[in-house]
Amino acid sequence: MNRETLANTVILAALAGIPVLAHLGGEPFVITLATRIAILGLAGVGLNLALGHGGLVSFGHAAFFGVGGYAMGVLASHAQAWTPLATWPVEIPGTNLMPVIWLTAILAAGLLSLVIAALSLRTRGVYFIMITLAFAQMAYYFAISWPAYGGEDGLSIYVRNRFPGLNTLDPIQFFAVCFTLLCLTLALMSRITGSRFGLLLQATRQNPARVEALGVQTYRIRLFAFVLSAMVTGLAGALYADLNRFVSPSMMSWQMSGELIVIVILGGVGRALGPVAGAGLYVLLENQLGGISDHWQIFLGAVLLWVVLFARGGVLGMLCDRRSADG
Amino acid sequence: MDDPLLSVHDLSRSFGAFLACDRVSLDLRAGEIHALIGPNGAGKSTLIKQIAGELAPDSGSIRFLGRDVTRLGTARRARMGLARTFQVSSVVPEFTVRENLVLALASGQAGFPGVWSRAMTDSALTDGADAVVARLGLAHRSGIVASELAHAERRKVEIAMVLAQRPKAFLLDEPMAGIGTEGSAEMTDLLADLRHEAPVLLVEHDMDAVFRLADRITVLVSGRVIASDTPERIRANADVRRAYLGDGPH
Ligand SMILES: Nc1ncnc2c1ncn2[C@@H]1O[C@H](COP(=O)(O)OP(=O)(O)OP(=O)(O)O)[C@@H](O)[C@H]1O
Ligand SMILES: [Mg+2]
Repeated sequence: MNRETLANTVILAALAGIPVLAHLGGEPFVITLATRIAILGLAGVGLNLALGHGGLVSFGHAAFFGVGGYAMGVLASHAQAWTPLATWPVEIPGTNLMPVIWLTAILAAGLLSLVIAALSLRTRGVYFIMITLAFAQMAYYFAISWPAYGGEDGLSIYVRNRFPGLNTLDPIQFFAVCFTLLCLTLALMSRITGSRFGLLLQATRQNPARVEALGVQTYRIRLFAFVLSAMVTGLAGALYADLNRFVSPSMMSWQMSGELIVIVILGGVGRALGPVAGAGLYVLLENQLGGISDHWQIFLGAVLLWVVLFARGGVLGMLCDRRSADG
Repeated sequence: MDDPLLSVHDLSRSFGAFLACDRVSLDLRAGEIHALIGPNGAGKSTLIKQIAGELAPDSGSIRFLGRDVTRLGTARRARMGLARTFQVSSVVPEFTVRENLVLALASGQAGFPGVWSRAMTDSALTDGADAVVARLGLAHRSGIVASELAHAERRKVEIAMVLAQRPKAFLLDEPMAGIGTEGSAEMTDLLADLRHEAPVLLVEHDMDAVFRLADRITVLVSGRVIASDTPERIRANADVRRAYLGDGPH
């Protein structure tokens, strides 16, 4: 077992084990923290496909996170109020079934990202960063000015959504749902990054001219990567809204996009479990430092600066060797 | 002789007021090595870029395999069978030699690339990759990351990648640049071999290699073709000697 596999195993074991101990010890707050880590980690795993493997620095992934959140909010609020979502051409009811909500979140994020990526991917570098930010800001202001679903105040859902056979209001059971989805996504990502598509995506990041000369339209590769990435982040958004039983435009804010990038960078860009490690560090810092000072993000900034300057591979890069060519 | 595989007709391209490619016409026929020579800044790479589809010409046309490809993108032309190497070696730096070749083979497969089955354990890809690696004598370097290779080795990897594409024509932009005399001799043999796979349009400054390899030579000066003929006649051509060969090794 190489060091990265070992580190990955330890990270997942800790993330699974600590909430179980907290459950036995009657510490629901710790379980909630772990759930937050799993969900933000999942959002980061999504972003990591675009940012880490594809080199696409999206400063707009909060839009997909938020769309996932609103997919949950909208469906659940209609289910809560017993009003249909649409009456024409067929009557569409709301729902509080998690699997349906997840699917909707994934599809909605996928569709939105397809439009955003189709336009943004015509630009490179700093322009790409700016245009993805601009699209996310549009989504943010759209959410604010949409009174039917809470506008600026957001939307509260009083009961957590259902998953057949589980009591999702029990923190440990909801954690189990999130953790399972995280693990499934990680397994999926491992297949994708090791596939022919994954190979082409990494090659496109490093040398697009060569890939084009080999006969592959890099635009398509980037587009597919971006949409997949957004879908995963959208799923995380639905879970995040369910965790808080609340969704608001702040899920789509540029600060949220920044947080997701920070999570990926902290953990180690392009590493499979980097975002999970990053989310862990982020949530712990927020929790520890947030208690000391409201301006905890200043400390976070310092940590981030340190990572960027001295530990380019993030936490995982420090623990393991230099990047292994996983092709 | 039958229709040329690749033909360039009246191609022009300027950068601002500077005319880098001035009504250039040339063709590439089956089985030949056609060398393109000329002093620095003559517009050789500019021509290759236009043929490959990386740079749009202002006017003129390019035909490949009987089809007008002037408006086609790089990837489409590559898929039709146009393979190229760059003046500055262009491989995937963080990939190993083997991964670079698997990439080249995977790129040639039809349809959108698979997202599920693992590329590096797919024997349909790795067998072919290992075969090309062995053919170029790189087997012992197969697991080395490209950025850590010596310059001459990286050149070879790039040649291996275009070989793996099984193209219908090779465009090689200065394959001998900066690889030393020993490397050049080896590369010359390798290029002589390439001709049996597909014709080669060869940009090169190494005149020994050019005169050993080329069936035809086209001389470009200031974006314009000043001569295009057999090696013997090019060697004897007064204009060429004055413009280029005079200060060369011959
Ligand atoms: N993108 C560009 N913008 C402006 N000028 C350019 C550009 N590309 C090439 N040129 C100019 O066009 C001319 C031809 O360049 P090119 O690279 O084709 O020459 P070359 O024959 O390949 O030379 P060398 O033997 O040095 O490789 C040069 O004067 C160069 O400065
Ligand atoms: Mg050149």
